[in-house]
Amino acid sequence: MSGIPHDHYEPKTGIERWLHRRLPIVGLLYDTLMIPTPKNLNWWWIWGIVLAFCLVLQIATGIVLAMHYTPHVDLAFASVEHIMRNVNGGYMLRYLHANGASLFFLAVYIHIFRGLYYGSYKAPREVTWIIGMLIYLCMMGTAFMGYVLPWGQMSFWGATVITGLFGAIPGIGPDIQTWLLGGPAVDNATLNRFFSLHYLLPFVIAALVIVHIWAFHHTGNNNPTGIEVRRTSKEEAERDTLPFWPYFVIKDLFAMALILVVFFAIVGFMPNYLGHPDNYIEANALATPAHIVPEWYFLPFYAILRAFTADVWLVQLVSFVTFGIIDAKFFGVIAMFGAIIVMALVPWLDTSRVRSGRYRPQFKWWFWIFAVNFVVLTWAGAMPAEGIYPYISLVGAAYWFAYFLVILPLLGVIEKPEPMPATIEEDFNDHYGPKAHPAE
Amino acid sequence: MSHADDHAGTRRDFLYYATAGAGAVAAGAAGWTLINQMNPSADVQALASIQVDVSSVTEGTQLTVKWLGKPVFIRRRTQEEIDTARADDGATMIDPNSQNANKPGTNSDDINRSLDEAGEWLVQIGVCTHLGCVPIGDGAGDFGGWFCPCHGSHYDTSGRIRRGPAPENMHVPVAEFVNETTIQLG
Amino acid sequence: MTLRKFTLSAVAALSLLSVPVASQAAGAGGHVEDITFSFEGPFGTYDQHQIQRGLQVYTEVCSACHGLRYVPIRTLSDANGPGLPDDQMRAYAQELVPIMDIETGEERPREPTDHFPTVNPVDGMGPDLSLMAKARAGFHGPQGTGLNQLLRGMGGPEYIYSLLTSYTGADVEQAGSILYENPIFAGGLISMAPPLFDDQVTYEDGTPATVDQMARDVAAFLTWTAEPKMMERKQVGFISVLFLILLTALLYLTNKRLWAPFKHKHQPEQQG
Repeated sequence: MSGIPHDHYEPKTGIERWLHRRLPIVGLLYDTLMIPTPKNLNWWWIWGIVLAFCLVLQIATGIVLAMHYTPHVDLAFASVEHIMRNVNGGYMLRYLHANGASLFFLAVYIHIFRGLYYGSYKAPREVTWIIGMLIYLCMMGTAFMGYVLPWGQMSFWGATVITGLFGAIPGIGPDIQTWLLGGPAVDNATLNRFFSLHYLLPFVIAALVIVHIWAFHHTGNNNPTGIEVRRTSKEEAERDTLPFWPYFVIKDLFAMALILVVFFAIVGFMPNYLGHPDNYIEANALATPAHIVPEWYFLPFYAILRAFTADVWLVQLVSFVTFGIIDAKFFGVIAMFGAIIVMALVPWLDTSRVRSGRYRPQFKWWFWIFAVNFVVLTWAGAMPAEGIYPYISLVGAAYWFAYFLVILPLLGVIEKPEPMPATIEEDFNDHYGPKAHPAE
Repeated sequence: MSHADDHAGTRRDFLYYATAGAGAVAAGAAGWTLINQMNPSADVQALASIQVDVSSVTEGTQLTVKWLGKPVFIRRRTQEEIDTARADDGATMIDPNSQNANKPGTNSDDINRSLDEAGEWLVQIGVCTHLGCVPIGDGAGDFGGWFCPCHGSHYDTSGRIRRGPAPENMHVPVAEFVNETTIQLG
Repeated sequence: MTLRKFTLSAVAALSLLSVPVASQAAGAGGHVEDITFSFEGPFGTYDQHQIQRGLQVYTEVCSACHGLRYVPIRTLSDANGPGLPDDQMRAYAQELVPIMDIETGEERPREPTDHFPTVNPVDGMGPDLSLMAKARAGFHGPQGTGLNQLLRGMGGPEYIYSLLTSYTGADVEQAGSILYENPIFAGGLISMAPPLFDDQVTYEDGTPATVDQMARDVAAFLTWTAEPKMMERKQVGFISVLFLILLTALLYLTNKRLWAPFKHKHQPEQQG
């Protein structure tokens, strides 16, 4: 890999040289693990390893759950109960898998917000960002389809509502929805394909993760200052960096162990807290639950989806201009997907030449409002779509788009950045003082 | 100075080993969970031991129950069948072992095959030891016991192989009376 | 007390007749009382006597209209559940309605390996109760934050208890069937007649069989049917948390030691 100059793997023994000439896999692993990493990374940089752990956890528990699960409408619910009651440790595997999804999304949101604050999406890391957004989309698809598999009431009606979004597309929508479901409504065909895809997509995510890591190993990590590692010589680079192993692996593992304490406390003592009671009722196509809510990690986008009702003047205007092709329902769908698309395009929407939010006095305010707005949208998504809540959602959705489409482009022009340290080494030493002797 | 260094070095090494060890234990526990889930689940395990009500089985009749996916013959033998079987104890047997899971290592004498001392109850897995067919009962075959129609194996009234290609006597499963009228298999 | 109850039901009945919608809104807000169960908290365990009493209430009262289709009869002997002796459990299985054997196509008595009967709701019977304690939440909010459930649990057993003890005594006829007023039930009207009355069952351990006591016992029993592995889960959770705290401490120290040569704010490096 190019990028920051560092020591490469040198095969020493005969066997190592023999293998290295034929397949330089040890060298690849060595370079990956020993990558020079900016030594000033703070605690917001630990979530990548948590995400890697989550992916492994979900794939491992998922594969073994699939050994006991039956994707058939008559048997799915009962097979989950079989897992909970009869399979050795099955109750633990299922609760780990269900709550693992929540940890996965918590981690990915913090990871994304870290990237947004420290400008990790900016050149030359746009591809890393885009791949990350694709991973996030795949995660959403996987989580959505996984939630259908237990075949409870929320599974069934969640699937009905979400696939209904595709039905909102003018003209071809109903055909697409029928194609997705394999019939006029959510049924056995739907359950079977969702099971198949739920099993497939994590491996697509794993492949994307490899590309994601490849991309940022090529460009080098961003860091809290947003300043690049000096790379004119190995000696200079080494004053800005430390190898990933063992310094950052151990640091990340420490943080992860702490997070797992909380995670296992939730799995052990309150595993159903993040779930919905209705999903312990078997799916019934004839009775809709009183209040359909998605899992918590979809709530911000669910709020945006519901924010744009027919009485919003913007919706009326768009509907008028397009001769009613884009009605309120379709507008909501566009807004929801648009919210993710504008986030994916942020490398080109943010015009500031300063990478890290640490040196952008005005950006900080707008960013933290954006973060709070995200929490408010999550909350508004959980509330019934009546009274004041749609207005809160509408304000939140408006800020979401304004942040990416107006604030970030303008701030880059009008904002005066604060002074920055010249090097990563300087930033690090500001925190930890100068060294008396060079390290051995 | 070197003393202090050694000391610090040992402490550091201990810490590293302890951390690595704890990590290995965590990984091991996780791995065991993933492996153990493939062992028979509680519902399957529950089927490994069943109780059979034999109160309706009269002398000279046989009850066939399914256990672990295989038929089990529970026969209440007549005195005549018992006498025939015991008279043959001295004959040359194809399989000289009792094949009784309750009495491992015993010879093929009828007393070692039956469930009770008197020899009234004979419990055996109804699978021919040749290629796994289910033999026909109720005095079938040349020896008045069971006969396997697939390849012509003849079993006597004690379920011992007497003629034909089967290599072993019909197997007697782990079984016991839990009360007067109930036999527990497994 | 009685007078107040009577007045309340009269008012409720009146409001039902005049504005059904309003009463539904009121019904959805029914107050579920937080009661203390032995199985709450990280170290809480099922009270075996209570579960056995609850089993008795289920058997003598609820089972007439409600099945437990996901519960294997053999689990009545689980040490972390009712813990019935083997012979009692087998006798219990024999007394249940026969089951249709899939292989023979004939009816036979239930074995311990069979499940409790399935009662089909379309025959005018009630819903299955296996998972009821997890399929209902007694506590909500406030304001969609989920804080109440964080502090007090999901409230499934409390919901069952409150439902069984909150009949107002009023009933109305709707579309040819009698509905009973119960503010805990969503909508405020439930088709199940008040199922419990004092001294309906006779507890072997001499516990007075009040409606309150029976409701508590059956709520505890149904919590067990919904979450039979709760004890095991809490144990695994506790050991995991304890061990992870140890691992966290070790990793903290390792990390500190590892980075020490590079971080020296106050004093110069001592070790080489």
